[in-house]
Amino acid sequence: MRLLLKNGRVVDPASGVDGVLDVLLEDGKITKVEPRIPARGAQVEDVEGLVVCPGFLDIHVHLREPGQEWKETVATGARAAAAGGFTGVACMPNTIPVNDSRSVTEYILAQAREHGGVQVYPIGCVTKGQRGEELAEMGDMFAAGARGFSDDGRCVSSSLLMRRALEYSRIFGVPVIDHCEDPVLVDGGVMNEGETATRLGLKGWPGVAEDVMVERDILLAEDTRGHVHIAHMSTRRAAASVRRAKKKGLRITCEVTPHHLVLNDEAVSDYDTNAKMNPPLRSEADRLALLEALADRTVDAIATDHAPHHGDEKSVEFSRAPFGIVGLETAVSLCLDRLVHGGVIDLARLVELLAVGPAAVLGLAKGSLRPGADADVTVLDLERGVKVDAARFFSKSANSPFLGWKLRGAPVATVVGGRIVHDAR
Amino acid sequence: MKLRSRHLLGIAALEPDEIFLILDTAEGFAEVSTREIKKVPTLRGKTVVNFFVEPSTRTRSSFELAEKRLSADSLNFSPGASSFVKGETLLDTARNLDAMAPDYIVLRHSEAGAPHFLARHCRSSIINAGDGSHEHPTQALLDAFTMRQRKGHLAGLRVAIVGDILHSRVARSNILLLNRVGARVTVCGPPTLLPIEVERMGCAVTHWIDEALQGADVVMMLRVQLERMQSGFFPTLREYARLYGLDARRLKLAAPDAIVMHPGPMNRGIEIMGDVADGGSSVILEQVTNGVAVRMAVLYLLAGGTEGEATA
Repeated sequence: MRLLLKNGRVVDPASGVDGVLDVLLEDGKITKVEPRIPARGAQVEDVEGLVVCPGFLDIHVHLREPGQEWKETVATGARAAAAGGFTGVACMPNTIPVNDSRSVTEYILAQAREHGGVQVYPIGCVTKGQRGEELAEMGDMFAAGARGFSDDGRCVSSSLLMRRALEYSRIFGVPVIDHCEDPVLVDGGVMNEGETATRLGLKGWPGVAEDVMVERDILLAEDTRGHVHIAHMSTRRAAASVRRAKKKGLRITCEVTPHHLVLNDEAVSDYDTNAKMNPPLRSEADRLALLEALADRTVDAIATDHAPHHGDEKSVEFSRAPFGIVGLETAVSLCLDRLVHGGVIDLARLVELLAVGPAAVLGLAKGSLRPGADADVTVLDLERGVKVDAARFFSKSANSPFLGWKLRGAPVATVVGGRIVHDAR
Repeated sequence: MKLRSRHLLGIAALEPDEIFLILDTAEGFAEVSTREIKKVPTLRGKTVVNFFVEPSTRTRSSFELAEKRLSADSLNFSPGASSFVKGETLLDTARNLDAMAPDYIVLRHSEAGAPHFLARHCRSSIINAGDGSHEHPTQALLDAFTMRQRKGHLAGLRVAIVGDILHSRVARSNILLLNRVGARVTVCGPPTLLPIEVERMGCAVTHWIDEALQGADVVMMLRVQLERMQSGFFPTLREYARLYGLDARRLKLAAPDAIVMHPGPMNRGIEIMGDVADGGSSVILEQVTNGVAVRMAVLYLLAGGTEGEATA
């Protein structure tokens, strides 16, 4: 199986390449990145005018299977990922039952093998039953294929347990991914605390509830030499904390979602439940601080926190609606339009945030187009105009605040292991 | 002129001229309630559903009387006796009500934004009769009506709102309305019961009642709820009463002809002492009387009515 991508602009920050080159993929590996590679029987795809990048990884998605298959399945989520330009996703363990054991990890991987198309990396629970009381069998889940541990959706509230998790996870060299939220401080808040919440009469979810946990995790990481990955960082103070920790050389990484980079809490103004997520959309000052943190390399990865919910579940009073929005099929276009065309970062930096950084966070040998690397490729059309349309989503759910948005730039082909799994050229 | 929307979801969506239209129209309806026969045929043939998902006595009675005095047919619908408790969603319940083609749905609900949500899905005119901690527009309108009746004007009035601002829809609607008509609002309460950045809604903020009362033309006391103490917003009701309770001695700090308001129900001896509640400055029962006229005006205007032809 040989595939030759001809005449594309290759952007591979890991090897410092940015130029018009051909890329040859053979038997699941990249074998050549050179000008004018002869076809010699390979399937030739002309990608002139398009951008060829290492495959994008979304390290924070919810695939809802097992247990909530009306929202999403591994199959539909993987299909949505491919359509969104992602060659791999890491799926969070808050399924029903939760992924706190080898059997659930194996089930998810079996579904992925059968229906997938993109790589699926299960994230296992830090604690049994995601209850925050005792450690789950991390070693067993790691052996089965888990590539990180998290009680996502919940913070590991007990500082002692978090300390133990950081110590124990060092055996496997994978991160503890923390959803930083002090639930006592949040106290049932449903949107960012601030002027908009005050005007709307909605209970505020204060940024400080994230900040105190980020600081706690950084202190624990310093003591344990464990790897903390801060999920969906949303506040200016958390960004400042991570920046300081990195300067000290601690093993702290973080991700930011496209929605926290593009929207602020005013998007809730009409009680739009598709603008309700956890952590909530923050103030404009927070949003601008996150953009700065993208540019100065404080942020390691952009991840979507793809959180599908059925339309009926979102068609309720704002405070009663579930948190979360889908993101797999809008992320890359939002980033190209708002971040690259918007002048916040350049294309190479975006590729770092979507490929190199996410791979490094999970310790995956991915994120590069160097010869010998896995043949995972994302192809972009920087000028493709798209209108976000729920009818075209492969995801089972359409809970997005971006419906109807017109964006410039889109993923147009996705190659996993040398095989084209999505082609919208 | 007419109202621009067919719903009344909050003061936030009203322009000053619409506020004055409602207040002026209510003047005419206030007179109806003083007649021997307290009824006009204005809304004959119109149907109103009073959909009260959260308990209320005063507001529901006031709406019901307003509807009856306008000759509308009204239906009271509360969750205790409905499929609502059987797990039907608000949307499905409202769609079912809407399918019976009422002209109005008056909604009281514990969650902010519930009326806005219904307005997107129903053909009926939605009237917000209080949504969570968000808005209570007819309360703010009847408060403004009462202030104007007593003071002759609203512009330039100094209004102190004292108590649990954080959880108060009455406070939010009043701040919005009074700002739109040029009054000056000071809110007062412990920092734990003031919403973050409330000053950005256009009001001064103080934690000392004596400061809030200084020279006030209107003093509006809000109800404090016992469960707020249990959630740790303040230590005890006793201390709350000492710091924020209004008595006759403190009231002397206000302007000599200041009026005292309270949206009810009152906690006598906590936020308001009996000598003030029953004293000459209190307009608390006038607020209740005016509530009927203001709600008549709202119902009439939302049906597309114009000023002046209503009360014949």
